Amino acid sequence: MADRQRFVDDAMEFMPSLYSAAMRLTRNRSDAEDLVQETYLRAYRGYAGFEEGTNLKAWLYRIMTNAYINIYRAKQRRPQEDDLDDVEDLYLYRHLSGLEAARVGRSAEDELLDWFTDDEVKGALEALPEAYRLAVLLADVEGFSYKEIAEILDVPIGTVMSRLHRGRKAMQKHLFEFAVERRLLPESEQTTHA
Amino acid sequence: MPDCNDVVRELFAYLDGEVTLNVRTEIAAHLEGCPECYEALDFHAELRNVIARRCQEELPPGLADRIRNCFGTLEPEPGFSPFAMPPPDLGSGPSFRL
Repeated sequence: MADRQRFVDDAMEFMPSLYSAAMRLTRNRSDAEDLVQETYLRAYRGYAGFEEGTNLKAWLYRIMTNAYINIYRAKQRRPQEDDLDDVEDLYLYRHLSGLEAARVGRSAEDELLDWFTDDEVKGALEALPEAYRLAVLLADVEGFSYKEIAEILDVPIGTVMSRLHRGRKAMQKHLFEFAVERRLLPESEQTTHA
Repeated sequence: MPDCNDVVRELFAYLDGEVTLNVRTEIAAHLEGCPECYEALDFHAELRNVIARRCQEELPPGLADRIRNCFGTLEPEPGFSPFAMPPPDLGSGPSFRL
């Protein structure tokens, strides 16, 4: 068992990251604050069960994910993004590339990403079904490994990989739709894909 | 040696650091000789950075203090599982038993 005060100090350091994740899950500030508070209170009451030397951040995310599921009854409904089978791999890159080649010369696709606003990137993530959103959030925003995500979500690694694959595709599709809506693309791309 | 299709298929696993050392070395070798795959990889590395950077929120003032104050009223409970609990009623104050 970890020393209580040290446990609290260590755990508090992860609060900004947990709060950011809670915002993506609940989509509003008041629920996000409640979710973070609930997470820390559960962690504090149960800290005897935390094994010192193991990954505290992953442990807190596992608590938060479970609290979110308990409170918001989100989970384990089958994710619904059925039209994703038609979405090719590297969707966003391939669609932005046409534009980039025409306009600004090679090797600047990544600069196009700066066009997206904070709200668009957050919106694209928040639009994902919960199961995909959790996987993408834990991998792309928090940088957890597949194994850690599997433990946090209590699903097999294969499930993590398939949710990530589909979640990332769906997110790229949402981002591309924002680009079309904001007319960031030339006419030809807009008529083809709008 | 992997071809471009193999690299595209493994691109995210490679970026996620989830391929074996062997595969990692082979992909790295392919990338050195293939600007197209290198650019695709570079784009997705940057996309990931953009997602991570733009999804950060500022912590609301007072939240950390509020939570620390709650700790003062609570005792850790041996045997308490923080992972599974009945849904608390968030509408009517603290959801824990004092």
